[in-house]
Amino acid sequence: MTERLSRRSVLGFVGAALSSLPITQALAEDDPWLGLHQDVFGNRPIAEEDGLVTLEAPVRAEDAALVPLTVRVSGGDASRPRSLTLLIDRNPAPVVATFSFGEGAGEVVLATRVRVDAYSNVRAVVETQAGSLHMATRYVKASGGCSAPALKDSELAEAELGKMRLRQFAAAPGSTSREAQLMIRHPNHSGLQMNQLTGYYIPAKFITDLEVRRGAALVFRMEGGISLSADPNIRFTFRPAGADEVLTAVAKDTDGRVLRGSWPVKSGDDS
Amino acid sequence: MRIAAISFPATRRAMVDPGPQLRPAVGAKLRRPVARLGRPPHWTRRQALSGTLHWLALAASAGFAVRAGAQDGPPVVPLEVTEIASGVFVHQGAYALFAPSNRGDVANLSFVVGRDAVAVIDTGGSFAVGQALRAAIRAVTDKPIRHVINTHMHPDHLFGNAAFAEDRPDFIGHHKLAQALAARADRYLAVNAQLLGSEAFAGTRLIAPTRAVHDRAVIDLGGRELILEAQPTAHTDNDLTVHDTATGTLFLGDLLFMRHIPALDGSIRGWLALIDRLERVDAKRVVPGHGPPIAAWPEPMQPQKRYLETISAEVRRMIKEGRSIAEAATTVGLSEKDAWLLFDAFNARNVTAAFAELEWE
Repeated sequence: MTERLSRRSVLGFVGAALSSLPITQALAEDDPWLGLHQDVFGNRPIAEEDGLVTLEAPVRAEDAALVPLTVRVSGGDASRPRSLTLLIDRNPAPVVATFSFGEGAGEVVLATRVRVDAYSNVRAVVETQAGSLHMATRYVKASGGCSAPALKDSELAEAELGKMRLRQFAAAPGSTSREAQLMIRHPNHSGLQMNQLTGYYIPAKFITDLEVRRGAALVFRMEGGISLSADPNIRFTFRPAGADEVLTAVAKDTDGRVLRGSWPVKSGDDS
Repeated sequence: MRIAAISFPATRRAMVDPGPQLRPAVGAKLRRPVARLGRPPHWTRRQALSGTLHWLALAASAGFAVRAGAQDGPPVVPLEVTEIASGVFVHQGAYALFAPSNRGDVANLSFVVGRDAVAVIDTGGSFAVGQALRAAIRAVTDKPIRHVINTHMHPDHLFGNAAFAEDRPDFIGHHKLAQALAARADRYLAVNAQLLGSEAFAGTRLIAPTRAVHDRAVIDLGGRELILEAQPTAHTDNDLTVHDTATGTLFLGDLLFMRHIPALDGSIRGWLALIDRLERVDAKRVVPGHGPPIAAWPEPMQPQKRYLETISAEVRRMIKEGRSIAEAATTVGLSEKDAWLLFDAFNARNVTAAFAELEWE
């Protein structure tokens, strides 16, 4: 991914400088998905839009640095998939994150916010317990999300780095799953934001790993990259088991910082 | 942005204007130890020369015009300005987004003439607009332009700075302006070059502040003082207000939008809190960042206050109900639609920003 990132940025900049075309157009000729299918999924067959996975994304993003995505996985045994990978074809680092689900996971409804750097296909690829791949794709019009400044108030961002919060929502009628939202204060610097005072890029600093457990049971484990928005925000489902349960989250970033939080599972309403 | 350009000899600065898109490509060559803002960069002659040649070569190969000087090119038509109070002139920007046809002339731009000097408050959305503002000033007075004040970081307010470089003024901004621009310059230049097109964008480059206001500063124009105040995070995290005490005129920059829908790029809570304080400021008249060139005070703040309070209340309710940011973006604030120009261009974005802020309460 590092190699891809540097190659892409160089290509983008040279393209923009020499042709004075926007980066999106300069790179429009190739279809990045072909390479991604090979690199990320080893060209395994992927069923497209077969209804097992759906992806909600805005057609045009209001803020390219904060594009909301919601993924729903439906259907029988597949409703707790093995994993979910989010990709944005034309981002410098196309793999946004991979979520692996454990026995604590509920029926998968997962929402998060991403950076979109150019008009691009956004993809959600689910791997079932049986090992088959299923994909939903949406085209999103947004640009510049990866180089956009992380947060509006730079002082606040530094002061609150590492703060975690978990919100829990009332159970949907008839559902055995509960819904919660994990919020982490972190700039998730992409490494693509240049500090023009120094001429240097602000070093990449982002959440690489996140694990959420209900008691000892794994709800999900995430490997993330720079395409997750600043202040990573993940809304997920879990399967409640009994009284006195605790949800825990452990996140690690590229600086080796470890962030932890734990919250008792609430019985009913919003936190 | 080329901080270095500020302290460069004028001739060299005028000789080379490579166009901003080139900056990323030559970034590596331009890394230099600029100790702090407003200080001359520690370039050796050789470094300066090689940097210059590099720009020239790239500019030529990329087909950019190499500008010989501000006086060349098409004749500059002065901006239309209104004298809203004695010695206070305002140009009203269009209610529009950046487009080749308006050259980025979409924000209100002002200047104040004192006994000895002139202060400019915001310079417009391109070098061309800055030049036209400068021509309007020169049609009124020959006094030196000693101060160029930027009310905040947005391109429509400071992309015209370069047109005043030849006057060698202090470029003055909020103490957080330099950092805010540093993080955004690349993107601002690239995006706006595209929006304006090469003709309207020609010559535009960023000039960072050479003087930072930490809390409060006073500028003396000769028998006339301007009070500058760095405000806490509101419209952006670098809003600066200017008070001309001689006439009781308060320049609010984008802390006040009239008719043009407010744009939120700082903190909605901060903005509402600041409005409460600003309303108590004793001023005879105000100049909004977008809207008519002059307004009474403090009544014109009411529609903006109502808009921000509406957004804030509806977003809070959706957060409480566990609704999503995507849903909020399409449903919040719709009762305000008919009250504002450019509603569709900004509302959903404002809601998105407010949601991301308020969900941390």
